[in-house]
Order: sequence, then C-alpha cells, then structure tokens
Amino acid sequence: MADVFQIAEREFGSRLIIGTGGFRDLQTMGEAVIASGAEMATLALRRVDPNARGSIVDVLHDAGCFLLPNTAGCFTARDAVSTARLAREAFETDWVKLEVIGDDKTLLPDPVELLEAAETLVADGFTVLPYTNDDPILARRLEDVGCAAVMPLGSPIGSGMGIRNPYNLRLILEQARVPVILDAGIGTTSDAAIAMEMGCSGVLLASAVSRAQDPPKMARAMRMAVEAGRLAHEAGRIPHRLYAEASTPMEGVPELT
Amino acid sequence: MRVFLNGEPRELDEGATVDAAVAITGAPDRGVAVAVDGEVVPRGQWTSMQLQEDQKVEVLQAVQGG
Repeated sequence: MADVFQIAEREFGSRLIIGTGGFRDLQTMGEAVIASGAEMATLALRRVDPNARGSIVDVLHDAGCFLLPNTAGCFTARDAVSTARLAREAFETDWVKLEVIGDDKTLLPDPVELLEAAETLVADGFTVLPYTNDDPILARRLEDVGCAAVMPLGSPIGSGMGIRNPYNLRLILEQARVPVILDAGIGTTSDAAIAMEMGCSGVLLASAVSRAQDPPKMARAMRMAVEAGRLAHEAGRIPHRLYAEASTPMEGVPELT
Repeated sequence: MRVFLNGEPRELDEGATVDAAVAITGAPDRGVAVAVDGEVVPRGQWTSMQLQEDQKVEVLQAVQGG
C-alpha cells in the first residue's frame, strides 16, 4: 500500500520538505532539491535585488516542487499576515509556512503573535503551516484555530542540535489530529530518522543540507533517512530492554564438556 | 513626486502608477509582489493605481529562505 503524505487536500510523494535558505548558489540548491526528492520547498520574499541572478522560482518549478512561502523575519502577527498576503500575490498560493519569531538570537517563535497570525490567516483562507515551539498546548491551540499541520522545532533554527525535547514531541504527536512536521534543528541524518521513527509525518530542514560541505550528497542522505525512519515507524521497533534477550534458541545446545 | 521605493527616495512623474515603480527596480516577470504603505496591491491594479507623494512602495521578489 502506498504511503501517502497528505496536508490539507494535497498529497505528497515525499515526507521531506526542503528549506532553500543558506545555499551558496542557485545551481547547488537545484541539485540538492532534486537529490532530496522533496516535492515541496520553502522560499521567502525580500526587496528586489537588481543584481540578483537567476530565478529561484524557475529552479524550484523545474525540480517539480510545490512552493511554500515563509514569513521569515517577521516579529509581529501584523507583519506576518501582510507577508503571507504578499506571498499569495507573488506565488499564487494560499499556503504559508508561518514564522513569527520572538528575538534575533534564538529565532524562537513568539507564541502569542504566532497564534494570532494563524487565526487571522486561516480566516482569510490560507492553508497555514506554523513553525512552533515544541509546546503541546500551543500545538493544540494552533490546531484548534484551523492550522493544516503543526511544525514544532527540534531545536533552534540552524543549530543542528537535533530533537532536544523528545518527550514534548511525543506529547504533541500523541494528541495531534493534523500532520506533525519536525521543523528546525536537524543536524544530520540520524536526527531526521529519529523524528520519523517517533511518528512525525514529515521533516522540514534547510541548513543541514544547504550548509553541509556537499549539499546534494547530504540531500540524498536525508531523503534516505526520512524514508528509513518512516519505514521503521510503520514496522514497529522492539522495546528497549535492560537485559539481553537471546536471538539464538537455547534449546538443543549440545553438551560439550 | 517623491516616493520611497524599497526604502530609497525616488523621483517619479506626477500620477505615476505602481507598474512604473516596479519597472525601476528591475523586478523579474514572475514571483513579484507589491505593497504600498503596507497594503498589498494586487497585480491587476498595478497599471491603474496612482502613487501619491511620500508613499512607501515595497517591491518584493522570491529569494532563498528556510
């Protein structure tokens, strides 16, 4: 049976969502996106740079990616809502990765502004995917206002520290009725695999690939990690045990002394 | 007439419309959005909406971002 990943009404063949921030150039980004197998990629809006070369939109279209604009850099609900509306104009999509951060140093979400922005955007017809703290209560509130998924962080953006609070993530996973996507903090493949093994519906990562020494190779590794973690989750792991449990039968052991 | 185009003061003809400001920035054809004084201006209104003195015009395009 095909393992379909669905958010709102849209189905995706890959559970890896690639963030496009941090690549040294568009060509490397394109190669990495293709190697990742991702079918959805984030992008941002900034003032027009007359010296910019190439179009990220074209590269992502060529890679067959569905566009997920973000609201990175917004500190207030008001700015995030405006940015989402601008992105809807620019990219003709009502999907948004909603980011409302609390400060520059940690880039942690501001939960009060985030919830307000989510509520406004859902009412305005957006499909909202909020980047959120790993707080089960906030995740539930975001779901209650109509977010199409919740995207808790594993650790701060770009920190590569993996999943710092797996117990909170478990609580979020246990109660969620929308897809849970681990967003932020992935450093290497084992982090992504753990998120999927725990039961996340998907993983969103950028820096782990874009700032790797060989981004396309890391993208391919992440693709495999997400697939492996998903399969392991479905297969059902064995329990942890303090003592050994022999895998070779003791019955029929010969007497040799 | 002076407007602030992506934060820089620029002289435009009286009655200049949004699309004139967009053209100055060298924005690409696709993936562009405009806000005037913080309000989104839909693409369909670029050729009809006239700018006023001292308005803040933001012309945005797609960039890499996580």
